Amino acid sequence: MKYMVFLPSITGKLKTSTGFFMQIHFTVNGEERSVEVFPMARLLDVLREQLHLTGTKEGCGEGECGACTVVIDGRIVNSCLVPAAQANGAEITTIEGVAVNGELHAVQQAFIDHGGAQCGICTPGMILAAVDLLKRIPQPNESEIRNGLAGNLCRCTGYMKIFESVVRAYQK
Amino acid sequence: MPGSLADALALLKSEPGVWKPFAGGTDLMVLLEAGRLAHRNYVNIWGLDELRGIDVSSTHVTLGALTTYTDVQAHSILQDEFPMLCQAASETGGLAIQNRGTLGGNIVNASPAADSPPALLVYDAEIELISTGGSRWIPYNGFHTGYKTMLIAPDELLARIRLPRNTRGASHYYRKVGTRKAQAISKVCFAGLARIDQGHIEDVRIAVGSVAPVIVRCVETENTLRGHACDAETTQAACASLSREISPIDDIRSTAGYRLQVAQNLLTDFLSTLET
Repeated sequence: MKYMVFLPSITGKLKTSTGFFMQIHFTVNGEERSVEVFPMARLLDVLREQLHLTGTKEGCGEGECGACTVVIDGRIVNSCLVPAAQANGAEITTIEGVAVNGELHAVQQAFIDHGGAQCGICTPGMILAAVDLLKRIPQPNESEIRNGLAGNLCRCTGYMKIFESVVRAYQK
Repeated sequence: MPGSLADALALLKSEPGVWKPFAGGTDLMVLLEAGRLAHRNYVNIWGLDELRGIDVSSTHVTLGALTTYTDVQAHSILQDEFPMLCQAASETGGLAIQNRGTLGGNIVNASPAADSPPALLVYDAEIELISTGGSRWIPYNGFHTGYKTMLIAPDELLARIRLPRNTRGASHYYRKVGTRKAQAISKVCFAGLARIDQGHIEDVRIAVGSVAPVIVRCVETENTLRGHACDAETTQAACASLSREISPIDDIRSTAGYRLQVAQNLLTDFLSTLET
């Protein structure tokens, strides 16, 4: 229902090749998907409400908290700030796509083993940011970890358990 | 969703003011969601490769308007010659924002608290505005005429940003003061560049953000400093000039008094780093 908010702002003379709605095609967690969307609907809402991938969370809805983090074409983004039209043709990974064949990623296992998750709202975004960090910097120091996760807010753990989980993940 | 830059410009020309260019969305999506955008029609320019890329010539570095903060930080010549721009990019939001936010967007969103404009002003940036009628380059300084107002016609698009490669041997000082190191919007943002010759300030450029309706290139302060040694007397005179050039206000992030004091402190700190 969230994208109904956009109705007043996109009614009128919206000129897209297919009119008011548009069909977008993208790859989500390795699977090709096609969805009819409002062009300005948030990718976050498309993922959660149309594809039922509810692992991606909404926190602030304005790009501050990182709970809605997903990976688009190899880079982490806030899915609350990406209009669906811009996801057309993209390759997207959500938290549901991090484990492979039922086997958890080392970061996910480390979050479980070392108390990196408490209430769980920040966890999907935090894990995607941590996986992205370790992909860029395989053995980050503390400052690099803090920087890599700076866009993800947690209100439970106090961060130390999260930082420890990241370190344990790459030590494995 | 235009297929090319020409299509986008034709659309902007066909109904001036109706279509709002939409790039990385890191500012506009927030306003859209809050129902605070006046426009109803958005032209998606994110996919226009003509507006991407960083070109280096012997005299300039030219950045496409869609250059992201991540692209800026990764560029070795920008790191070497325009370090304040890289620092500004690294302190804008978190990585997810830096992957999506663009330099062009940071300019035309026209926030007085934007992070890259103080660096761009100090580096004497020029910007290219294009339309179906052609292209024009203008100095970035003076582009913003008041709060969220600027010298761009409804059918024009910001295409490129050009930086003259004249920073060798200069000292660069960039500091953003906010509530939190990551993600926070600035309370005061200071960029300074200077060259010292025989104990005197030969060249100096200063710009400060979040202290006026537009980001201010502090020409009077620069004039106060040029030709002088960095002693206590000069610093005091420069701080007095700075306080006349900026007009901070109380708002959700800070107070006028705090901003004035911090701006002066940053100027003093900048001058203290210069070896005269």
